[in-house]
Amino acid sequence: MTTVSSLPPRKGRNVELVLLLLAVGIVVLAYLNVGLATQGTFPPGLLAHGTGLLVISLAFHLLLRWRASYADPLLLPIVTLLNGLGLVMIHRLDIAAGRDVADGLAMKQLTWSALAVAIAAAVLFFLKDHRTLRRYTFTAAAVGFGLLLLPLVPGLGRQVYGSRIWIGLGPFSFQPGEIAKIVLAIFFAGYLVQTRDVLSLAGRKVLGFTMPRARDLGPILVAWVASLGVLVFEKDLGSSLLFFGLFVAMLYVATERTSWIAIGMVLFSGGAYVAYLLFGHVQQRVLLWLHTFSPEALAVSDQLARGLMGMANGGLLGTGLGRGRPDLTYFAESDFIVPSFGEEIGLFGVFALFMLYLLLIERGMRTALGVRDGFGKLLAAGLSFSVALQCFVVVGGVTRVIPLTGLTMPFLSYGGSSLLANWSLVALLLRISDHARRPLPEVEQAAAAQAEATEVVKIR
Amino acid sequence: MNAPIRRLSGVVALLFAILLVSSTWIQYVQAKELQGRPDNRRTLLATYARERGQILVDGTPVALSKPSNDELKWLRTYPQGPRYAHVTGYYSFTYGPGGGLESAENSLLSGQSDKLFYRRVSDMLTGRKAAGASLELTINPKAQAAAEKALGNQRGAVVAIDPKTGAILAMVSHPDYDPADLTSHDSKKVAAAWKKLNADPTRPMVNRAIGGNLYPPGSTFKIVTAAAALASGKYTEESQIPGPAVLDLPQTSADLPNSAGEGACGPNNKTTLKHALEISCNTAFGWLGMQLGGDALRSQAAKFGVGDTLSIPMRVTPSSVPAQLDKPQLAQSAIGQYDVRVTPLQVAMISSAVANRGIVMKPYLVKSVLSSDLDTIEEATPSQLSQAVSADDASALTRMMEAVVQSGTGQAAQIAGVSVAGKTGTAQHGKGQAPHAWFTGFAPADDPQVAVAVVVEDGGSVGNEAYGGRVAAPIAKAVMEAVVQK
Repeated sequence: MTTVSSLPPRKGRNVELVLLLLAVGIVVLAYLNVGLATQGTFPPGLLAHGTGLLVISLAFHLLLRWRASYADPLLLPIVTLLNGLGLVMIHRLDIAAGRDVADGLAMKQLTWSALAVAIAAAVLFFLKDHRTLRRYTFTAAAVGFGLLLLPLVPGLGRQVYGSRIWIGLGPFSFQPGEIAKIVLAIFFAGYLVQTRDVLSLAGRKVLGFTMPRARDLGPILVAWVASLGVLVFEKDLGSSLLFFGLFVAMLYVATERTSWIAIGMVLFSGGAYVAYLLFGHVQQRVLLWLHTFSPEALAVSDQLARGLMGMANGGLLGTGLGRGRPDLTYFAESDFIVPSFGEEIGLFGVFALFMLYLLLIERGMRTALGVRDGFGKLLAAGLSFSVALQCFVVVGGVTRVIPLTGLTMPFLSYGGSSLLANWSLVALLLRISDHARRPLPEVEQAAAAQAEATEVVKIR
Repeated sequence: MNAPIRRLSGVVALLFAILLVSSTWIQYVQAKELQGRPDNRRTLLATYARERGQILVDGTPVALSKPSNDELKWLRTYPQGPRYAHVTGYYSFTYGPGGGLESAENSLLSGQSDKLFYRRVSDMLTGRKAAGASLELTINPKAQAAAEKALGNQRGAVVAIDPKTGAILAMVSHPDYDPADLTSHDSKKVAAAWKKLNADPTRPMVNRAIGGNLYPPGSTFKIVTAAAALASGKYTEESQIPGPAVLDLPQTSADLPNSAGEGACGPNNKTTLKHALEISCNTAFGWLGMQLGGDALRSQAAKFGVGDTLSIPMRVTPSSVPAQLDKPQLAQSAIGQYDVRVTPLQVAMISSAVANRGIVMKPYLVKSVLSSDLDTIEEATPSQLSQAVSADDASALTRMMEAVVQSGTGQAAQIAGVSVAGKTGTAQHGKGQAPHAWFTGFAPADDPQVAVAVVVEDGGSVGNEAYGGRVAAPIAKAVMEAVVQK
């Protein structure tokens, strides 16, 4: 491990401000575009939505200046842009569905965004050092698994279009899996940083892989059973893949042993195959995935087919915002928001969106590389990877790479729980990145160097 | 832990690379295929979003799109009801375009044709509202109306063409339907109409003039046999040929008789070629067929267009003469029986070739393609399909066909003050069924303006009593009259 002390001690807050204004500018232009295309007039909601977004993001920016002045300057502009573009698309679908600006989904989404940013700000404000979270490792475990299983509680869980990943509380509904993602990442990081030595050292070599001892397989088996439970009982391949993938990735980062990945992949594909053989709803998902346009599949659902036709309609350049028919696809504003964008901003447009996500994730990975403590590294890498995996599961689902699942695209999709969770996730990343980029006081640097020396353990 | 984090970043990049490939696959590679799917509502709605071109007959629309206030912006209407059903076809939201020009020229009408590329660019630059191109047809509305009225509720078809250009002046096929039933935006009503039309055993959606099961041409085919005889150089219109009451067919016990109740075609069982055509003498033409042979008959038929796949622009089912014929089959084929199958359009082309000094013109329906503001984009140019017979033989055939109408079987087609040439036909098709009645001809014989073919299935309203001269000739007369009389 090398000491990463060569980072320039630049704060980058001014860069962030410029990028932030650019992001809001792009969103305002997109909004204007939608208004002109659909109604031919200057959109009346522009002021409300535009200033709303500007105020929210500027407030967060000021908080960063005050409380985390060394935080990564790219994260906030990227998520602001994604959140804003999501708002524009949701507003555009409001228009198509004939909903008013005042009581449309976009206004609700904006309210949720404000709330999500407020909570993220609170996280950033109260959590001065991410290492504090390590104290709550097992609390996080309990809360995480609790949240994961919550939709299964009778009377609380709700089955929405096949998947049981929602809970309902009175008029509110919530996807606890989104929060569970973060809480479990905290648990995995805390747990693995403690046990990484034994998980990475003990074992025999088999076929060039160092295989772990049977007794050390316990944690991965627990995660496996839990993820299969999600697949079978909540009927959601996406969540299942997300949690298990997150765990295996973090296990690999902690132990540097490829064998964990191999074991994880064998376990998951085996489990998924058995689930396919045993459960009708899994078979149905696979049918829709592999034979989307067959009469049998269309008899079950033509949602995926409609999404694909929408994307095809967009082609390379797209129909232009407000000029396509994304409203012909069900859930065009949530699960299928990527096809909605594909239709209206084209292949080049969605490429740009994917690049924004990739940039966001790789900045998170950069943070993981830069931060000096093991817990922070694991947490930052885990959180970033969870976003990547979620993007893959959602976009892969709508583009027929994997079976379709009920997850939402982070920041873009309509949905309160998703926004709350992902803004908080970014708050954590910002906190860790502040820590990673902040220049060390002389004394601490020396101490860190010592710690390094004792930490390096090489086998083989 | 940095090495695995770097590798994990690599994995993330790989995951996104997969997404880039998969989205490219859908939005670029498969895009055309997905957009062409019949169940793609976006494509359908897009075609309904712009005004579809009109189909015009003599400047009056027979198919046009009217603004509509529902999800589909335009409603296709057919002001003349069923009259032009088989010409225009239908443009249905549920079942797509079909049945005629609506599908054959869909890319022009919808405005997506490559021919309209520059138009589209200029529309885009000038901010003009995009619309499909309109089609001005060659149809003569008076002839079309006369054909529709004369055919009445009998099953059959009428085709009239201008022999000099090949322009189709009338095209009627009965039974017909109202295309508006299929273009309504009430999908339940449309589905019910579609189901009913498809279940109807008389098949009203088939354009019998150019397709369907085709018909045996009966005696109208004797024009082809006569043309082959003249072309061989061995016969003239005055040549004496055998014309007994019954022709004995070799290799079989079957005989070929003349029509019931008629004896020999001339004194001493002899007749001239001209007289044989005039009275439609089966035995004489049967004998001629055997003398000429299958190759001569087939190649003469081919010169008239039999076997060609035409598009007018709808696809015309090719007519056919069987490839292998023994002697008795030859005799039968020479009088248009056995397995000879033709479209009424093909029969009209035979008459028009005789009328046009032996030259077959390519038949066409679209006179010009017009932009939405009625500028001409493209004008049809008549083109020659083939030289079926020499000009001399054509005038001989004309004289023979004039005799048919003047004093032979086709007297019902006479028009006062106009010399008409023609040939009747009565085609047997299966035991116990009344024969199809045929008439084909042209007028005026000295300066032809119109060539027609009429077929009435199963003898129409007179059934077993039917002869081409009685049932089909008056219909042909009505159509020719509509064109000739100013």
